[in-house]
Amino acid sequence: MTPNPTTNAPAIAVNDLTVAYREKPVLWDIDLQIQPGTLMGIVGPNGAGKSTLVKAILGLVKPAAGDVRIFGKPYHEQRQLVGYVPQRGSVDWDFPTSVLDVVMMGLYGKLGWGRRPGKRERALALDSLEKVGMASFASRQISQLSGGQQQRAFLARAIVQDAAIYLMDEPFVGVDATTEQAILTLLRELQHVGKTVLVVHHDLETVSEAFDEIAILNVELIAYGAMHATFTAENLRRAYGSRIMARLSMLEPASEVAPASA
Amino acid sequence: MELGELLRQLVFDYTLRTIVLGCALLGIANGALGAFALLRRQSLIGDSLSHAALPGVCIAFLLAGETKNPLILLIGAAISGWLGSVLAAVITQNTRIKDDAAQGIVLATFFGTGYVLLSLIQSSAGAGQAGLDKYLFGSAASLIERDVQTIAVLSIVALSVLGWFYKEFKLLAFDGEFLASLGFPRRRLELLLTSLTVIVVVVGLQIVGVILMVAMLIAPAAAARQWTNRLSAMIGISMFVGAAAGVIGAVVSALEANTPTGPAIVLALTAMVIFSFAFGAERGLVWNALRARRNRRTALAHGSDAPVYAAGD
Repeated sequence: MTPNPTTNAPAIAVNDLTVAYREKPVLWDIDLQIQPGTLMGIVGPNGAGKSTLVKAILGLVKPAAGDVRIFGKPYHEQRQLVGYVPQRGSVDWDFPTSVLDVVMMGLYGKLGWGRRPGKRERALALDSLEKVGMASFASRQISQLSGGQQQRAFLARAIVQDAAIYLMDEPFVGVDATTEQAILTLLRELQHVGKTVLVVHHDLETVSEAFDEIAILNVELIAYGAMHATFTAENLRRAYGSRIMARLSMLEPASEVAPASA
Repeated sequence: MELGELLRQLVFDYTLRTIVLGCALLGIANGALGAFALLRRQSLIGDSLSHAALPGVCIAFLLAGETKNPLILLIGAAISGWLGSVLAAVITQNTRIKDDAAQGIVLATFFGTGYVLLSLIQSSAGAGQAGLDKYLFGSAASLIERDVQTIAVLSIVALSVLGWFYKEFKLLAFDGEFLASLGFPRRRLELLLTSLTVIVVVVGLQIVGVILMVAMLIAPAAAARQWTNRLSAMIGISMFVGAAAGVIGAVVSALEANTPTGPAIVLALTAMVIFSFAFGAERGLVWNALRARRNRRTALAHGSDAPVYAAGD
């Protein structure tokens, strides 16, 4: 699905977004513009609000202030353009269903109320499983999958949505090397065909290889933009505090930290 | 009574036929909804719902001039059960109290209130009150054709809605957040599913009673889960188990006049659950044990000199 060509609005525009659980702000005054075709990683310490930002973009949590626009319009008008990969651990993998069934769930929105998936949906879902190297697992019960296979099933479910924008919450957590490589390739392919991809990421050591752009978050948006200009010691220190810096010194492109610690 | 005589009565005896039919329908409807309650880890909801319905039965009885009309009592039960489940959800969302504690609080408060009302009614009123106490343990023997018609209509309504929204409810149970991201109204679907559960639970109250009703909802689904890894099959098996337990419980209770129906049905269910846990095709404990033993033998035969677990020694 292609976005409305009459607008040249950013793929995702987050304006003055503040989200609070009870009294405590989880996200504070976030302003973020993501252009179409961007592959961006979101990093930040635990509790920085990374997942909450994704959920706020998806309209799953209500902001206390501010709003989110998808190609210039509110999410609820554009939801067909947005695909979502939740955290793998957020569901019960002992649920009685097959891999193919899970992937077909990505088509429920297009099917609409009451209509069941049929032959066409099965074919699309199989295609999508093929793309993540899981075609032979189609009829497998989901509890028999490894962590990496679970993640790829979730990715296939998002691909079958054929969205313009993909939001992924920690897709690299707890996956094997094969899956990690498969996800990295997939991200590049999505970017290659013009999709906008936003990925919550926890691993600072791999973030610069995986993404072109980065957003550094800790309740407030510390910085975002091109990797080389944004992934700096100063920005990371502001997000993580100074303790992490020694560990990161070797990764730091414009290192301000003495390499002696490495 | 001989088996032949029993079968003859099942076909020709009006009373027994009515009772058995009512219990079977009840088992079918609860089996289907119970599968979703079990998979959403909402098993407690059946318990808090049925207990919360008791004050509604008593209040409806008093307000409607000590009526025995089952439909009016049922509406009272539904309103109060529904309020109880909504209250538990409101407590969970707005306080730091967790879901299980909230359900427990609601269950105890509503049931306590209901029991006090029940005692008051029974001590004050005359003959009019007769029968309300059957809501505690259930009594299929008092079922008449009108009751069964009510059960049938409500069960069909609940099952039709469940069938129509099957795909949405399936995704709600598996991944509610993804469902919401697709634009489906998650909260409203949750409320709808809870309301359907209220209907089938409340319908069962006069047969099984508030105390044991949760078993009618959850046990068939728990048994069914052992036999299959497909949701549609699980629901089908769950409906069958519910119906079978209903019939067995009804017959036992009808033959032994002093056996309340609720416990009879629950004992039948327990037997089926235990059998399923032991011999279920997908996860039966017996098969697992046999498989483990076979694997151990194979391992010993092929690689006994270098067992994997000793690699670090």
